[in-house]
Amino acid sequence: MGTHNSDGPARVSRRSFVGYVIGGATLITAADLGLAPPAANALPVPSVPQVPELYDLNDFLTHCAMPTSNLIAIEVDEKGHAHFALPRMEVGQGITTAVAMLIADELDLPVDHVHVTLAPARPELLFNQLTGGSNTIVSMYTPVRVAAAIARKALLEAAAILLGGAVTQLTSKDGVISLPDGSSVTYGEAAAKAAKPTTEKVEVELKKTADHQIVGKPHRRVDARDAVTGKKQFAMDLDIPNALPTMVCRAPELNGTPESINNKIDVETMPGVTHVAIIPTGVAVRAKTFGQCIDAVRALDVTWNSGTVTTLSAKDIKAELKAGQIPLAVPKIGATSVDGEFTFHFRSGSALEPNCAVADVRDGKATIWGGLKSPIDAQGRIAKALGLPQTSVTVNVVQGGGSFGRKLFSDAAVEAAHASKAFGAPVKLMWHRADEPRQGRVHPMAVSRIRATVLAGSVLTFEQRHASVATDFTHGLGERLTAEAAALPTGLSNLTFSESIFLLSQELPYNFGVITQLLNEPKPAVDRFNTSSVRNIYSPDVATASELMVDQLAKKLKQDPVTFRRNYLKSKSVKRVLDRAAELGDWGRSMPAGTAQGIAIHKEYKGATAVLVEIDCRPETVNRKVRDAVTGPRVTKAVVVADVGLVINPAGVKAQMMGGFSDGMCQALTYSNHLVDGQFLEASWDNSAYTRQWNTPFEFECEVIESHGNQPGGVGEAGVAASMAAVACAYARATGKMPTEFPINFHDPLHFEPKSFVPSVPESPTDGLAYTF
Amino acid sequence: MPTHTFQLNGETVTVDVEDDVRILWVLRDVLGVTGPKYGCGINVCKACTSHINGKAFNPCSVRVADLDKNDEITTIEGLADTAPGDGLHPMQEAWLEHDVAQCGYCQPGQIMAAVALVNKVREEGRAINEADLDTIRNVCRCGTYSRIREAIKTGQEAMARGL
Repeated sequence: MGTHNSDGPARVSRRSFVGYVIGGATLITAADLGLAPPAANALPVPSVPQVPELYDLNDFLTHCAMPTSNLIAIEVDEKGHAHFALPRMEVGQGITTAVAMLIADELDLPVDHVHVTLAPARPELLFNQLTGGSNTIVSMYTPVRVAAAIARKALLEAAAILLGGAVTQLTSKDGVISLPDGSSVTYGEAAAKAAKPTTEKVEVELKKTADHQIVGKPHRRVDARDAVTGKKQFAMDLDIPNALPTMVCRAPELNGTPESINNKIDVETMPGVTHVAIIPTGVAVRAKTFGQCIDAVRALDVTWNSGTVTTLSAKDIKAELKAGQIPLAVPKIGATSVDGEFTFHFRSGSALEPNCAVADVRDGKATIWGGLKSPIDAQGRIAKALGLPQTSVTVNVVQGGGSFGRKLFSDAAVEAAHASKAFGAPVKLMWHRADEPRQGRVHPMAVSRIRATVLAGSVLTFEQRHASVATDFTHGLGERLTAEAAALPTGLSNLTFSESIFLLSQELPYNFGVITQLLNEPKPAVDRFNTSSVRNIYSPDVATASELMVDQLAKKLKQDPVTFRRNYLKSKSVKRVLDRAAELGDWGRSMPAGTAQGIAIHKEYKGATAVLVEIDCRPETVNRKVRDAVTGPRVTKAVVVADVGLVINPAGVKAQMMGGFSDGMCQALTYSNHLVDGQFLEASWDNSAYTRQWNTPFEFECEVIESHGNQPGGVGEAGVAASMAAVACAYARATGKMPTEFPINFHDPLHFEPKSFVPSVPESPTDGLAYTF
Repeated sequence: MPTHTFQLNGETVTVDVEDDVRILWVLRDVLGVTGPKYGCGINVCKACTSHINGKAFNPCSVRVADLDKNDEITTIEGLADTAPGDGLHPMQEAWLEHDVAQCGYCQPGQIMAAVALVNKVREEGRAINEADLDTIRNVCRCGTYSRIREAIKTGQEAMARGL
């Protein structure tokens, strides 16, 4: 985080903070969300280091959270349990568990007495209710501990009165406060007494890290039992009265729109169907079951308007990106230059839970339930779509079945609102899987060009020019950046939002002389493709390109890849993770021909990651057969070493690294969307080759090393970039050929027959009993 | 409207629904049994994996009319009752021990597939191996595959001990 001279207004000394006991009948304590660590407006910005070394995307997100001066509150109930409505969204990344651990530790409660729910849209928080950029724990770390510490203090003061002793004599453990003589009261008994008639300002000290009992030790997810028993509820599992299944028939072309329905009455009279109507993105149908929605979508005869990329294919987009690339500054100089150009294809950002939301729009009001990472932005978009004031829209945030950046946007919630309004009835709207890769948000396609100059055994320059299809950041953060522009480090205010995010997140931690990494979006309009900042946005592609080139530089200078990296790395934390990964993974061990190790590093989110993999590219492995599946090279072993700053839950961090690895590996090898004549061909999990068991390494090891940092870093995305890069580097070493197009199988013959575009969704099979086991 | 009777998690149920509605929607939309999840509707993601007469199947791809009144459907909600004792099924316990779930959306299907796979391999008189694990088709978009492999090995041992 760097050093900071100015403490925030609510911070009294190094460990002393101010918060509130809120007046009322029960004990409610609160802290200002602005208690997040102060960000960089006090920092000088030297010209030589890259921006993220001093002020990165996480600082920006934290900084955005600072001026809102709004409170987060913890309530202690009559049973002594603590309740906290987290203004972020749980999508599997483990933030409800980590926040419960922080509160439990500071409050001396067992974790299962802390109940973390998800707050509905709170417009007064402005932009401080966005779950993205792996920022939740970074920004919540201090405020939730302050609120919990104040609750503990209030409980101790109440217990002192109840027990007739002094606060200094009291000890608290597992929700019980005791005097040395053994007399005690529970938090539940003390809670009512601790409530205050009016709001009071309270000063409190936080526990030292060394005194933590729960934080820093592995803890099972708080919802693990619900997940394995089927009790965990997602949006489509909610029992909202009369909210019937609803699906949307979509255009054959990307972003095509409906002109007219040619057989509305026929479809309305199909079994189970209750409503059919045009909404802006297609034709919505409501029925008794989703199965009957699928049948109705397939039966619809719709006249469509054209889409947004009617005739374009991947090769056209590649040409467009290459033509629009910012030129390299250093000329190509014979044998001293090392050049590379890398293409990264579109890939779907969809989670396993499809886009979905429940909406009940009537009597000038709307109520929405959905997995939404930007609920305030969703509230605004829905209000606009319905022509209602924002205050008439209630947005309830439901835990999501994965997100990976996808749920920053509220596409399904807006559609559900339109459909409910059109039907005059509540709807439970869900996308068909086929629509996800074809019409859903994708990771933008990009071409990355690199030129490095080597002279007299040293790397003198390293330039990277990343040209990308525009990334849609219109989910609420953009306006904040505009508002904050004056406070940002020099130069950022003149860039587009995407360029700023790129500059804030990309850092090449090597001593390579003059380093420049620049993004541009030759066509900045975000309405051609549906994009989003899919997990770790630019970093996996940028790191894959740069780490492949680092291996090329090592080769040119006749150095081992690990030795070369160690010699040129300027960051101690990166060197530590690199060395540990090399040690754990037995770097340099002898491997059979056609197999190889690969290693890569990444520095972001206040931390560092190193990944070592072993890959098998021998024909008998590459050509192994699995029914209706993509096999190819097999990563047989993976070692991930991460420094993520102060660790709240090591088990959660390891889980995120494993997930990041699964993403990174398939992005290198198998997972993409093929754009052909304005249509994405992939339409389900049999087409989109995301990592499956037959691709999974036989050995996976993750070590979270003790960090020298005293602030938590972000972990949700930190594992992706080095994983993708390491797999690419290993593939290059195993085959002797540096891959330049990702995934590497992009130009292989398609492994599937594209599904029909009209009808837009496939029929459900009826032969399931032929596949039992 | 035709009625259909079958056994669900140990109880006889009868539903009024058209013949060709797939069982997944009968479970979720008619009966409110939401453990089996939708992920594709075409029997490729396996998120809805449940058991029919003790074998893994995908209710998104079977018509309700194809069920016999004696067919026993088990969803994740009924799995624990198929194992001895009052607690969870040993495979669910293994999932907890390895803290497998992330978002949790695919995990009911993963667990149901794992139990069926272990039973199948046991009937062949052998223990599960890496090649068996490679045959599991269930998608986990959070990428928990390695923990799933470890949990299945743990769950297999507990199932063999009759826990």
